[in-house]
Amino acid sequence: MNLLVWTAVVLIGGAGSVLRFYIDGTVAAAAGRDFPLGTLAVNLSGALILGLLTGLTLGHDQALLAGTAAVGSYTTFSTWMLETQRLTEERQFHKVTVNVSGSLILGVAAAALGYLIRMYL
Amino acid sequence: MPRPPSADLAAPSGPSTAAVPRHSAAKRVLPRADRREIAAIFAGGAAGTLARAALSEAFPHPPAAWPWPTFAVNIVAAFLLGYFVTRLQERLPLSSYRRPLLGTGLCGGLSTFSTMQVEILKMISAHDWGLAAGYAAASITAGYAAIHLATAMVRRVQVRR
Repeated sequence: MNLLVWTAVVLIGGAGSVLRFYIDGTVAAAAGRDFPLGTLAVNLSGALILGLLTGLTLGHDQALLAGTAAVGSYTTFSTWMLETQRLTEERQFHKVTVNVSGSLILGVAAAALGYLIRMYL
Repeated sequence: MPRPPSADLAAPSGPSTAAVPRHSAAKRVLPRADRREIAAIFAGGAAGTLARAALSEAFPHPPAAWPWPTFAVNIVAAFLLGYFVTRLQERLPLSSYRRPLLGTGLCGGLSTFSTMQVEILKMISAHDWGLAAGYAAASITAGYAAIHLATAMVRRVQVRR
């Protein structure tokens, strides 16, 4: 744990957030904005990658940088919840159910898939 | 109507007296952003990530225990995002960099979905079904409630011009 590692955490965290912005915007532009697919795409891909990283034997600093900083900043819980709450305000209850349960179930499945990919390859 | 973070792309920069919903972003084919907006997301995301990483390092939790660091940052970030977005969209003049800095950057970097999913996966693989279900349900319930509360707080305050 030193200054270099924490500098890297800061830089990687910024980069992960910018990447999330681009992926979210690209998916939303392609798929439309009726359903928050951009956030879903970001979160599922991030869960897959973090699951894969979990299957690796990383050192402490490596896990901090790749997992906590990079993938952690790339995915977002707050936007997922905000979009869910706004869909509820618009009384789009079907989409709310799909967004909550879909993200959760597919998210755990994506993490498990990432872990399995690492185990069996 | 609230939009994903990229909805701000089409917002005109500079001050405006009316807080009207923005609507022209849907026609955009690929996301475009100016350098200042990207810099704002980068700065906010860097700060949020630093806070989350510092918290997870300061309070390491055993795999079988409730992941307090992740839970705490997610709920705090949800509250802040609900506050910022509602205030910026419905109360304050249009701004081209506040939402990228505070919403997309800070709250997005502070909160994390992937870590939560891997934590749930580990609980499941340890056959700790109750903890997994409880953690998932508590995160979603508290996160939703935090957004709802922050939104209601902002809307309760009358618009001052």
